[in-house]
Amino acid sequence: MMHKPLVVGLTAALLAMPALAAPSTEEMWKIIQQQQEQIRVLQQQLEKQQTQLHETDIKVEATATAVETVSASSSGLDNWAAKTTVGGYAEMHYNNLENQNNVPGKDNDKNEIDFHRFVVFLGHEFNDRLRFFSEIELEHSVAGDDQNGEVELEQAYIEYDLSDTQHATAGLFLVPVGILNETHEPNTFYGVERNNVEKNIIPTTWWEGGVALGGEVVPGVGYDIAVTSGLGLDTDVTGVPATYDYKVRDGRQKVSEAEANALAYTGRLKYTGIAGLELATTVQYQQDIYQDNFIDALGNREDIDAWLYEAHAVYESGPFGLRALIARWDINNDIEQVALGANVQEGWYIEPSWRFSEAVGVFTRYSEWDNQAGAGGNNTRYEEWDVGINYWLHEQVVLKADYQFQNAPKGNDAYDGFNLGIGVSF
Amino acid sequence: MRYVLLLMLLLPALSQADLASATQRFLASESAGEPLQWWLDGADRDMGTEILGHAPGYLRLRYWPVDGGTVWIMDEIGKERPITVGVVVRAGAITRVKVLEYRESRGGEVRYPFFTKQFQGATLHEQQLDRSIDGISGATLSVRAVRNVARLALYLDARVSAGRTP
Repeated sequence: MMHKPLVVGLTAALLAMPALAAPSTEEMWKIIQQQQEQIRVLQQQLEKQQTQLHETDIKVEATATAVETVSASSSGLDNWAAKTTVGGYAEMHYNNLENQNNVPGKDNDKNEIDFHRFVVFLGHEFNDRLRFFSEIELEHSVAGDDQNGEVELEQAYIEYDLSDTQHATAGLFLVPVGILNETHEPNTFYGVERNNVEKNIIPTTWWEGGVALGGEVVPGVGYDIAVTSGLGLDTDVTGVPATYDYKVRDGRQKVSEAEANALAYTGRLKYTGIAGLELATTVQYQQDIYQDNFIDALGNREDIDAWLYEAHAVYESGPFGLRALIARWDINNDIEQVALGANVQEGWYIEPSWRFSEAVGVFTRYSEWDNQAGAGGNNTRYEEWDVGINYWLHEQVVLKADYQFQNAPKGNDAYDGFNLGIGVSF
Repeated sequence: MRYVLLLMLLLPALSQADLASATQRFLASESAGEPLQWWLDGADRDMGTEILGHAPGYLRLRYWPVDGGTVWIMDEIGKERPITVGVVVRAGAITRVKVLEYRESRGGEVRYPFFTKQFQGATLHEQQLDRSIDGISGATLSVRAVRNVARLALYLDARVSAGRTP
């Protein structure tokens, strides 16, 4: 079929050259045969090249697959290094605070710079369902006898996925309560120092040893239940009169040879079913916050049990943010033998914020807290206003500045002044 | 405490979701055609790095043609583990985002429609989405991963539509 146009073409070409003698039929036949041979050779070359092209495709595909496999195994999940995660955070603070209730002759102002926290996370994933997570913290830069700082193990637990939506935890973990207790990397919150309500009432940062179950009840609603070691307030019955601590913050045993005579039971429900919103509430029962060491006025040993109720909301919509939290301890009335009104310890805060851009946000916060609220009146209540700015150099690196105004009960330190901070997490 | 521990150990393990079937169901629901491949050239690689915040870990990506657009399925690490996300783009705008596999133990709210439906209609302007996506408290990194996959899918869809220039 291909010969026809060729023959016609050649014939036409030859006819168009009258100056030359017309070739004989034999000559034309010879030319045609030569052309035919050239076409055959070209066809063979083309077929060979097509085969080579196909082979090249296969080779490229195989190379890409191999490269991607190698890169997935070095950055992915199938070797030890990839299954071990390292992270951390750090914050340094400068406080320039003037005590409004200075006693004459006794200057109690704060003008200090402190590398408040340096924290390293270390985790390892044993398989798809079982993992270990830990957090070690150096507080106030130097630890040791007669030093300000402490080295603390804040978290060290194993977590096992029972299903896609349910997991079990065992070990030393953060108590599921409040906003900051579990998420406290400095780039995630406003203000140089952590707020005083969560610090003095909840009391953040608070970890205990025990077991927990957590997961999803329905989409958007999560739960946690935990059975853990309990608070253990110090008692000194050798002195006369005997002295007892009463502020809940002083009861954190930090799982350091902690007395485990009385346990704590915690339950939390959390709703995150709308983008930007978190609503959560925690209830906790403590069997005895003195761990069998409370002797009442009549000389009888007594359990001082306690309930903690906490609720909070976090809302972020576009640049607007709002955090609000309320927490209250109801403690066995007999604790009033230690401190009047200590049977109720409560506080709340509200913190609106506005983020102008990825880099800059401002906030203000009003807080109240009282570790002797059961007595009524306001002569044991602290109040604080904060106003400040966060400047994020990077999503995970933040510079902070704020100003605080405190009102304190008579005879207690009330600090006004400014704070500066640098925070990093990775 | 002893009994709680015992109870936990006895709780039956439920089966893990099957990623392959989740992907197949997703593609079937979009009436996707046979998969094609897009090889990332230098420009794609640079843009991928800008969008994801790290170099893309692949040389080419599979995509599926659908009526009036493309479907992209990509893995992106949230905090520690990859999240598999499917994105449908039609006429330069996202019509659907679906999280096909979520492997982290927290932050799974990104799987739910209240989160993913925020992407419907989103387009790309200077490599950014034309709208803000409200996050999920405690799941910042997962939210970022899904958002970045959506941006990359929009970028790649535009590249496929324009055709490769020699």
